[in-house]
Amino acid sequence: MSNTPFSDGIQAGRLDSAELAENFGDLHPRFDDHEALVAADRCYFCHDAPCMTACPTEIDIPLFIRQIATGTPEAAAKTIFDQNILGGMCARVCPTETLCEQVCVRETAEGNPVEIGRLQRYATDKLVDAGLHPFGRADSTGKKVAVVGAGPAGLSAAHRLAMHGHDVTVYDARAKAGGLNEFGIAAYKSVESFAEREVEWLLKIGGITVETGKKLGDGLSLDGLKAEFDAVFLGIGLGGVNALGVDGEGKDGVDDAVDFIAELRQADDLSKMAIGRDVVVIGGGMTAVDAAVQAKLLGALNVSLVYRRGKDRMNASEFEQDLAASKGVRIITNASPKAVIGNGAVREIEFEYTDNDLKPTGQTIRLAADQVFKAIGQTLEGEGLPALEWGKIKVDDNGRTSVEGIWAGGDCATGGDDLTVTAVAEGRDAAEDIHAKLSA
Amino acid sequence: MANLESEFVGIKSPNPFWLASAPPTDKEYNVRRAFEAGWGGVVWKTLGAEGPPVVNVNGPRYGAIHGADRRLLGLNNIELITDRPLEVNLEEMTRVKRDYPDHALIASVMVPCEEDEWKRILPMIAETGCDGFELNFGCPHGMAERGMGSAVGQVPDYIEMVSRWCKEATDLPVIVKLTPNITNILYPAEAALRGGADAVSLINTINSITSVNLDVMSPEPMIDGKGTHGGYCGPAVKPIALNMVAEIARNPETAKLPISGIGGVTTWRDAAEFMALGAGNVQVCTAAMTYGFKIVQEMISGLSQWMDEKGYTSTADFVGMATPNVTDWQYLNLNHVTKAVINQDDCIKCGRCYAACEDTSHQAIEMSEDRVFTVKDDECVACNLCVNVCPVENCITMRTLEPGEMDERTNTPVEAEYGNWTAHPNNPMSTAAE
Repeated sequence: MSNTPFSDGIQAGRLDSAELAENFGDLHPRFDDHEALVAADRCYFCHDAPCMTACPTEIDIPLFIRQIATGTPEAAAKTIFDQNILGGMCARVCPTETLCEQVCVRETAEGNPVEIGRLQRYATDKLVDAGLHPFGRADSTGKKVAVVGAGPAGLSAAHRLAMHGHDVTVYDARAKAGGLNEFGIAAYKSVESFAEREVEWLLKIGGITVETGKKLGDGLSLDGLKAEFDAVFLGIGLGGVNALGVDGEGKDGVDDAVDFIAELRQADDLSKMAIGRDVVVIGGGMTAVDAAVQAKLLGALNVSLVYRRGKDRMNASEFEQDLAASKGVRIITNASPKAVIGNGAVREIEFEYTDNDLKPTGQTIRLAADQVFKAIGQTLEGEGLPALEWGKIKVDDNGRTSVEGIWAGGDCATGGDDLTVTAVAEGRDAAEDIHAKLSA
Repeated sequence: MANLESEFVGIKSPNPFWLASAPPTDKEYNVRRAFEAGWGGVVWKTLGAEGPPVVNVNGPRYGAIHGADRRLLGLNNIELITDRPLEVNLEEMTRVKRDYPDHALIASVMVPCEEDEWKRILPMIAETGCDGFELNFGCPHGMAERGMGSAVGQVPDYIEMVSRWCKEATDLPVIVKLTPNITNILYPAEAALRGGADAVSLINTINSITSVNLDVMSPEPMIDGKGTHGGYCGPAVKPIALNMVAEIARNPETAKLPISGIGGVTTWRDAAEFMALGAGNVQVCTAAMTYGFKIVQEMISGLSQWMDEKGYTSTADFVGMATPNVTDWQYLNLNHVTKAVINQDDCIKCGRCYAACEDTSHQAIEMSEDRVFTVKDDECVACNLCVNVCPVENCITMRTLEPGEMDERTNTPVEAEYGNWTAHPNNPMSTAAE
C-alpha cells in the first residue's frame, strides 16, 4: 500500500482492503433469529397502528411483526410485499426514525421504538435470499404498458401491472436496472449487491421486459411510446444536478456527488477508488451525507460537509447527521460557497457565513480542498414532458399527468417526499389506476 | 428490617420461604447451596420405599409456556420422585440437618398405600433429624399410574386413612400435599384434617400438555415420538393455587388448618398474597428452577420492606388478613359503581384499550382522530378489561363513584347502602323484605 490518508491529492488505496471491507460492511447487520424474536416481542400490536399510518406504503406493521414473533417470517414478508414490493430496500434505506419508528408508541413510552426497519429486513431477506417470489400473475389482459425508468417508482409500478396481467416493458437509461437503489445510495446500506438481487427477485413475477440504455430523447419518445403502448408510466427521477454558480466551479476536482456515489457503487475494487485528502461536500441532504461518509470511509483525511442553512433545515435526517459525525465528518452549517480557488485544480474553497435567511454576514472561511462534491439538489431533465409544476411533472392523487394515457411517480413527479418508499407507493398506486383504466 | 422468622406447625425457619419438594431439593449439594443462598427451609425431594429406586425417562422431562421475551410462565414436568437410593438420601439429610439445625428440613414421602409401608418408613426417616413430613398425594404423572401420588390425593378416604397411619407412626408434624386435579379442594383438605394431619400444602402440579410437536404430531415433552401429561406449575398456576388456598382458609371446617402455600410464587409479592389469603408460609420451585437459588434474596428483602412499610413485625401478623374478604359472588356490593379513567399524560396511544372495548366489550371508549382515547361513562360497565390490556401500569384506573353521584350508564344516582344479589329485585329468590 503506497498511499495513506495523508497522501496529497486525489489518490486511490488510502486504506488497505481489510479496512475498506470493514468500513463498507453492513450499516445495520441483519438480525439473527433470536434478535428478531426479542425485537418482535416488544410490539404491542396497536389498534390502527401509528406506524402503519406513518408508512407511505401503509405496510401492516403490527401484523408482520406478529408473524415474525410466531415463527412465520415468510408470511411476514408477504404482508410487507403486498404493500411494498421493494420492502427489502426500504428496510435498508428508509429514514425510519422520521417515519414508522418515530411514531411507535414505545418511542412515546420509553424513547426506544420497536426496531421496525430491521425487523422488516429480517423478514424480507428470508424470502429474497431463498429466491421465493410469493406473487403470481393474473390472466393476461393483452394490454401493454411502458414504464420509463427502472428505479423504485418504475419497478413498483411494473410489478403491480404485471401482477394484474398486463405486459410491461421497462426502459432505463443506465446499463442496469435499479435506479437510485443501484446507483444513488451509500454502499453500506445495500451490501452484497442487494439492489441487483432485489431487481432479479422482483422480475420473477414474469411479464416484465427490461430494456436498458434507452431514455427519453435518446431512443425513446413519448409520442412513440403512446402510440405503441396502452399506457405509459414515467418514473424518470431527477437526472440533472444543480450547479453552485460560483467562480471556479469548472476546476478539476469539483465533481457531482451523485456521480461519485454511482461510481463507488459500481466499483469492483474499492482500493482502486480515488478520493481526495481534503474533501468538501456541499449540500445538506441524504446525497451529501452519503458522499461525505463514503469519502471518509475511503480514507480521506478531512471531510467537511457544508450547508448554507442551519442544522434543523438539513434534509438529511438526524440519524444521518449523527452517522456522518460519528464517522468523523465535520458538519459546517450556515456557510454558502463563494469561490473555488486553485490553479487548474481546486486547492481551497471559500465560504461566506449566512444567517438563517441566507443573508451574508460578511465573514468568510476557506477550507483546504483537493476534491469538492456538489450535492445541492437535482432537477428534472427532458423535453416535451407533460405539464410541470415546481419543476416536476404535475400529477394528481392517482399519478395521472396532464396527458391522457401518461402517468408519473417518484422523484420526477409532484407530491410526497423524495424517498424510495414514497416512490414505491406512487408507482404502485399509479399502476392500480392504470389497471382500473385499462380494465374499464 | 422486619423479622421474617417463621413458625409453621411448630417448625421454625429463618424465613417463610421454603423450597418445595422437587428437583432443586433432590440432594445434599443443592440443599446446602440453597440454605447458603438464604432459603428458610426445604422439603426434600420425595422419598420412596427402600429397594431399587424409580427410574426416570432419559429424554426431556420439562415442557414450558413462554411469555414475551421468553419469560417462562409455566413449566410442566414428567419427572418422578427421587431416583436415588433411600439410604443415600437419608445420610445426606442427616448431614444437612446437623449442619443447618436452624433451617427447616421436611421429608416428602410417597410409598404404596399400605399401612406397613408408611409406618415402617416414617420412623426410619425421622432418624435423620428432619423437622416433619409432607405426604406426597399430589404428583399427577407416573407415580399416579402405580396407585400413588394424586391417585391417593383424588380419593378423600385414602387421604384420611394414610394421614391417620402417619400420625400414629410419628410425633413429628405431618403435612398433606394436595393435588389440584380434583373438583373441589375442600374434600381432600377436610379428609386430611379428619385423618389428623397438622397441615396441608397446596397446590401440587396440574395435569397438562404444554405443547404439541406439529412435525411429529406428539405432545411435548416428547420421548421417542410420544408424550404424556405432566405436572404444570410456575407463575401461570398462581391464580388457581390462590383460589384453592382461599377456599380452604375460609371454609369454617378447615379454617384453622395450617396451609403451606405453593403455586407460582416468584416474587415477595406472590408470597405475601398467599399468606394474606391464609398460608402460613410458602413453597417455591419454578422460580428457583428458572433463576437459581439467589432469587430468594429478592423475596426476603421485598417482604421485609413491605412489612416495615405496613408496620408488621412478624409474618404471622398478616397471615389470613385477606381471607375474610374472600366471599361469594352473591354478596358482592352491586351498589358499588366504578368507571374507567384514562390518564392522558401516561397514555402512549397504542389503542389496545379501544380495540378490546370496541371489539369485545361495551363500546365504551372513544377514539379521536388524533388518537386521544377517552371513556364514555354512559357505556362503561367498569369491566376492567381496558386496565388489563393497557401496557402502561396505572395508566387506566377505576374511579369509584360517590354516593349520590349519577351513574350515566343507568341514569340513576349511586346508592350509599350496600346491596347485593340476595336482595336484588331481579333475583327471583330475593330475600328482601316486601
